[in-house]
Amino acid sequence: MGLLTPDPGLLFWMVICFGVVFFILAKYAFPVIIGMVDKRKEYIDNSLKAAREANEQLQQVKAESEKLMAKVQEQQTAILRDATATRDRIIAEARERARVEAQKTLEETRHQITAEKESAINDVRRQVAILSVDIAEKILREKLSDSDEQLAMVNRLMDEANLNTNTEEP
Amino acid sequence: MKATKYLFIICLCLLALVPQPVAAEEEINIGEVVLGHIGDAYEWHIADIGETTVSIPLPVIVKSSTGWHVFSSAHLENGAEYEGLYIAKDGEYADKIVERDASGQEVRPFDVSITKNVLALFINSALLIGIMLGCSRWYKRHVQEGAPKGGVGIIEATVLYIYEDVVKGCVGEDYRRYAPFLLTAFFFILINNLMGLVPFFPGGANVTGNIAITLVLAFCSMILINVPGSKAYWKDAFWPDVPLWLKVPVPLMPVIELFGIISKPFILMMRLFANIMAGHAAILSIISIIFIMAKVGGALSASMTVIAVVFGIFMNLLELLVAFIQAYVFTLLSAIFIGLARVKHEN
Repeated sequence: MGLLTPDPGLLFWMVICFGVVFFILAKYAFPVIIGMVDKRKEYIDNSLKAAREANEQLQQVKAESEKLMAKVQEQQTAILRDATATRDRIIAEARERARVEAQKTLEETRHQITAEKESAINDVRRQVAILSVDIAEKILREKLSDSDEQLAMVNRLMDEANLNTNTEEP
Repeated sequence: MKATKYLFIICLCLLALVPQPVAAEEEINIGEVVLGHIGDAYEWHIADIGETTVSIPLPVIVKSSTGWHVFSSAHLENGAEYEGLYIAKDGEYADKIVERDASGQEVRPFDVSITKNVLALFINSALLIGIMLGCSRWYKRHVQEGAPKGGVGIIEATVLYIYEDVVKGCVGEDYRRYAPFLLTAFFFILINNLMGLVPFFPGGANVTGNIAITLVLAFCSMILINVPGSKAYWKDAFWPDVPLWLKVPVPLMPVIELFGIISKPFILMMRLFANIMAGHAAILSIISIIFIMAKVGGALSASMTVIAVVFGIFMNLLELLVAFIQAYVFTLLSAIFIGLARVKHEN
């Protein structure tokens, strides 16, 4: 039967066609496709591995950072506490110093006032003394023409002076 | 197999449906149409519109007793003789180019014409190479872009399916050496099967349903099965572990084994050829029902047309499946036979 006998012409062309197709595909197509798929598979495997490693590292870093954060917080509290203490201390010191300073100023002022007062009193006293001596001199010059009179006068004045100083200086 | 079972059922249906209303000469015509489409031809017949035949003439390349002849097959139309060559109407070389020798006998010259099947083979091969090289070019252009999508993705998935499941699974170790042939065979058969299902010009040729094609494929398989066969395989073939009387005076077992070695690729050849050829024949027969019934006319013709179209669609879908299954089976069996020929004895 014609269908079952292979035609030599077709056989010839089939060998050529299949040979060419086989050569081209085996050389340029299938190795590329399979190679790329293999490469991709390798790449995916590597990527997965890398991702897992990165994840682990991330976890580690996270734990470390948490630890660090805790430490930092602790330090922060300590620093804040110190700062508060220092501030309080400085304020207290300043207050103390100011108090002392004010006290000193007050004392000095008081001293000065006392001294001024005393010197003023002394001055007045001296003036009064000079004035009284002048007055006394003038009176004496007028009254004391004889020596009896002068003597009586001196005595009376002395008494008076004594009385004056007694009343004036209690 | 499921496909052949369906095929059988459909053939039975056809047998039940066709005979009664058809005149004897009509039946012969249908047979010729079907066989003409299944077989090879010197021109690519596309359609008959009224009385005019639309066909693509193909180059005839023949070395006859008078030397090489290269001309268009249009010169041989309607049985015309050109340069002493003509297409035989009947006899041993029916539908082939023949010449008459001195005694007036028809003899066949050396004929490497580009026939319909050869042209289809060229087109399909070019298509396959184009698709595959397009694929590999995609990879070269997109080196670090991950998996391809669309057409390249389909090709990659199919290549991997055959490579991982069939080649790696069946050949065993050293499968890489056999992968190019098995993959090429698979895609070559697949594209020829699929193009055969396309009903108009670039497709429609019954390439893988031609015994010359399957012969070459099966022959390649045979070489790959037997040439790198292991020592254990050849020992099993010609000096198996059977009682001595089975192999010494009359080499009974070696003959049986030799038969096995030949029958394996022979079965590969016949299975692919018969499946595809029968598929084409079934579809063509079903579609022919429409034209047979048109002579009867009326309600019967209309209803049979509907049935024929439904069956035709069904058969086409079935053939789509068969196209893949046959390519797969050819590759799978080749891989299994290669794997079997590479056995190593455990002890």
